[in-house]
Amino acid sequence: MIALADGASSSPLHFVEYFLDHRSEDLGLLWSHTWLSVVPVIVGLLIALPLGWVARRHRWTYPPIMSITGVLYTIPSIALFVLVPPLLGLDTLDPLQVPIALTVYSVALLVRVVADGLASVPEETTQAATAMGFRPLERFFKVELPIAVPVIAAGLRVAVVSNVSIVAVAGTIGLSNLGQLFTQGFQLSTPDAYYPPIVLGIVLCVLLAVVLDSAVVLLNRVLTPWRRAVRT
Amino acid sequence: MIRFDAVTKRYPDGTVAVDELDLEAASGRITVLVGPSGCGKTTSLRMVNRMIEPTSGTIWLDDQDTATLPTHELRRKIGYVIQHAGLFPHRTIVDNVATVPFLLGTDKKQARRTAMELLERVGLPEHFAKRYPAQLSGGQQQRVGVARALAADPPVMLMDEPFSAVDPVVREQLQDEFLRLQQELGKTIVFVTHDIDEAIKLGDQVAVLRVGGRLAQLATPAELLSRPVDAFVAAFVGRDRGYRALGFADAGTLSTRDEPTVVLGAPIPTGTDGDSWLLAVDGAGAPQGWLDLGADFRGHDTVTDELLYRGGTLATQGSTLRAALDACLSSPSGRGVVIDEGGALIGTTTSREILDLIEAHEPERQT
Amino acid sequence: MIGDVFTWLTDWSHWTDTRFDTGIITQLLAHIRFCAMALAIAMVIALPLGLFIGHTNRGRWLVGAANALRALPTVGVLVLLTVIISPQFQGRTDTGFLIPTVIVLVLLAVPPILANTFAGVQNVDPGVRDAASGMGMTGPQVLFRVELPISLPLIFSGVRSAALQLIATATVASYLPLGGLGRFIYDGLAQQDYPQMIGGGVLVAALALLTDLVLSTVQRYVVSRGITGRYSTKQVGAPDPRLAVVTEAEGARA
Ligand SMILES: Nc1ncnc2c1ncn2[C@@H]1O[C@H](COP(=O)(O)OP(=O)(O)O)[C@@H](O)[C@H]1O
Ligand SMILES: [Mg+2]
Repeated sequence: MIALADGASSSPLHFVEYFLDHRSEDLGLLWSHTWLSVVPVIVGLLIALPLGWVARRHRWTYPPIMSITGVLYTIPSIALFVLVPPLLGLDTLDPLQVPIALTVYSVALLVRVVADGLASVPEETTQAATAMGFRPLERFFKVELPIAVPVIAAGLRVAVVSNVSIVAVAGTIGLSNLGQLFTQGFQLSTPDAYYPPIVLGIVLCVLLAVVLDSAVVLLNRVLTPWRRAVRT
Repeated sequence: MIRFDAVTKRYPDGTVAVDELDLEAASGRITVLVGPSGCGKTTSLRMVNRMIEPTSGTIWLDDQDTATLPTHELRRKIGYVIQHAGLFPHRTIVDNVATVPFLLGTDKKQARRTAMELLERVGLPEHFAKRYPAQLSGGQQQRVGVARALAADPPVMLMDEPFSAVDPVVREQLQDEFLRLQQELGKTIVFVTHDIDEAIKLGDQVAVLRVGGRLAQLATPAELLSRPVDAFVAAFVGRDRGYRALGFADAGTLSTRDEPTVVLGAPIPTGTDGDSWLLAVDGAGAPQGWLDLGADFRGHDTVTDELLYRGGTLATQGSTLRAALDACLSSPSGRGVVIDEGGALIGTTTSREILDLIEAHEPERQT
Repeated sequence: MIGDVFTWLTDWSHWTDTRFDTGIITQLLAHIRFCAMALAIAMVIALPLGLFIGHTNRGRWLVGAANALRALPTVGVLVLLTVIISPQFQGRTDTGFLIPTVIVLVLLAVPPILANTFAGVQNVDPGVRDAASGMGMTGPQVLFRVELPISLPLIFSGVRSAALQLIATATVASYLPLGGLGRFIYDGLAQQDYPQMIGGGVLVAALALLTDLVLSTVQRYVVSRGITGRYSTKQVGAPDPRLAVVTEAEGARA
C-alpha cells in the first residue's frame, strides 16, 4: 500500500497523475462501480414494473405493497448489506450481497415511482384505449407505460445517482469499487495528508453520476418524442 | 363608491391589459364587468384591492385614493371572492370564514359566532362548520367563499367569476341566493364574469369591456339589450336581445279572463264545447297542467296527474312581459296562465293581449 | 447465523460499557447525538431558506445547486474532510473526526429538506395564496398562516428522508475512528465477528425504522386533517404524503 505513494505528489490537484500511474487498477474499480450502479437499477425496474402495475390495478394491494417497500427503503444501506447474507443464507461477504441489497433498494424506490407514473396517465386515455379494444396487457405496454415514462425516468435518475454514492459505501466494507480509493487515501494519509486517490475517487464518482443521470435523461427523450413536439 | 379614473395597466411584457378606464361602481349596487376572455376584467378588479398596481390613473374608494393606504389595511376592508373559492385547505370551514376577523384581532369566540351566522346566511347547514374544504362540493365551497368575504362586514366586495366553476343548476341557485343576500346587505359589489347572461341577471349596471382593456359600454342590463352602442357589444350581448329585453319590462297588472277548471281527482268531464283544453288545479287552486279532452281516456275515470300536459309555464301577476309572453307561447291552449304570489290561479291571458302591451311599451326602442 | 446474531443482541453485557468495550447503549446515544445535531443544523439552514425561496421565488438556483450536491459520494467527502480537518485537532479528543462527520451529515440533510420545503411552498394552490393576500394578510402572515401549514406534509417528508439518510451515513462515520452504531459493523468486520457485524446492522435498521415511525406520528398530529384527508376514523388508506415527492425530492443515500 505504501508503495502507492512513492514519488507522487500529495497535492489534491495531482489526482490525474495518480490515475495515470494506476490506470488499469483504477479503471477496474470504475468498471465494477459502474456495473454495481447500473445493473441493480435495471433488475429493480424489471421487478418493480409488474409490482407497480398490480398496485395500480388492484387497489387493495396498494397499501401493503407500499408499506413493505417503504420499510425496505427506510433500512440504511450498510445495514442492508450486512443483513442480506444471513437472511438469504449466503456466505458473509458473498459477492452477490451488495448487488442484491441494491436491487432491493431500487425495487423499493421504483415500485412507488411506477405506480405514481401509471397514476399520472389520464383516466380518459385509459378508458379510450379500452373502448378501442386494447386488452389489459396490451394497453399497459402500448398506452399506459409510454405515458408513464417521464415519471418513471425521474425515479430512475434518483435511483442511479443515489446508487453511485451507496456503492462507494460498500467499498468501505471491502468490496472492490471506487470506494476503495477512499480507503487507500485514508490509509495513506497518516501521518501526512495524501489527497490524490481521495480526490480521484470523488471526481470519478461525480462523473459517473452525471453520465448515468444524463443517460436516463437522454433515454427519456428518445422514448417520449411527443413531449418534444409541444415544447416551444 | 369605487371610481376608476383614467386607469391603465401595462404589464412588464408590454401587454396593455387595461387602457384609460373610467368607471364608477355605485354604492350599494352590483356593477358587473363583462367581456371576452383576456379583455382585462380580472386585471381591473384586482387593481381595486391592489393585488395588481395600476401603471397610471387613480382608483378611488369613496373619497380616498386607494394608493394612499397600506395594502393589507385596504384589503381587509374589501371582501374578495375568486373562482375556485381559494379556501384554506388546512382550516375548518368556520375558521376559514373567520379569517379576516382573526386577522383584525377580533375575539376568537365572537369571530366564530359571527362566522356561524354567516354560514347560515349563505345557506349552509350548521354541521358543515367543523368540516374541511375538501369535504365540500364546489358549490358549497363557493358559498363558504362568499361567507368568508362577508365576515368582516366590508362595505365593498370584489368577485371574480365566483360562479363559473359550478354546474349550471347550482350556478343558478347561487345567483338567486346572491341576489337575495345583496337585497339584505346592500354592498358595493364589483362582479366579474365572461357570461353575458349572468351579467344581465345580476348587474344593476353592466360594463362591457373589449380586448385591450377599453370600456365599450356602461349601461343597465335593459339598455344593453335594447341599445348596444356598436357591433361588438351587439354581437357580444348575443341573439334574442329583443325577447330577452322583455325580461326587464314590467308587465304591470295583467287583465285576465276567468278560466274553467277541473280539480284533480274529479271525474273526467265529457262533451267538449269546441275547445278541447281544460286547466286542472289542485285542492288549493294552484294550476297543475292542461287536460286534453279530445284524448283517449280508456282506463281512467278521474283526472289524475299522469293525464296532464305540463309544458306550460306560469306567469306571476306583476312579473315581466317576458314571463307573461312565455306563459302564453308555452301553453297548449294558447292561453297563458296567471297566478298570484301564493301560486293560486287568477285567470288566463293571450299572446295577442301581451303583444299589445309590448307595443305600448315601445318608447325605449323608438328613441 | 441468525441465532448467533440473536444471542449477540440479547447478551446484556454487550449493551453496557465494560473496561475494554463500549456498549450498545453508549454507541446508540452517540449515533443519535450526531444525527440530531446534524438534523438540527440542517433544519436551521434549509427550512428558512426553503420557505424564503418558495415564498419570494427568488434564488431558485440554490435549490438546484443543493440538489447537485447529491451526486457527491458521501464517503469520499467524509474522508476528504477528515484528512483536511483532523490534523488541526491533535490530541485525544474526537473533535478532528466529529467536525468533518457533522459537516458531511449536514451537507447530506440540507438538500432534501430544502428541496421539499421549497416544493411545498411552490405547490400551494395559487388561488389559495391569492385569496390569502386578497383578504389582507401581510407577506409573513401568508407565509406562516397559509403556505407553511399547507406545505407541512412535504416538509415532513423532506425531514424524514433527511433523518433516514443521516442515520445511514452516521453509520459510515464509524469508518473513521468514531463512535456510533457503525462501530459494531466495522469492528465485527475487522475481527471477523459476524454476529456482532450483523447485530450492528439490525440495530441501525431498527433505529431507522423507529425514527421514521416517531416522525410520522409527529406528522400525523401536526399536519391539519384538512390536508391529510384523515377526516374520520373510518377513513382508511389515506395516501402516504411521501408518495408525491419520491421522484422529485428523494435524495441520494449513503
Ligand atoms: N401577469 C401578467 N403578465 C403579462 N400579461 C398579463 C398578466 N396577467 C394578465 N395578462 C394579460 O393581460 C390581459 C388581460 O388579462 P385578464 O385581466 O386576466 O383578463 P380577463 O380576466 O378579462 O380574462 C390578457 O391579455 C392577459 O394575457
Ligand atoms: Mg379573468
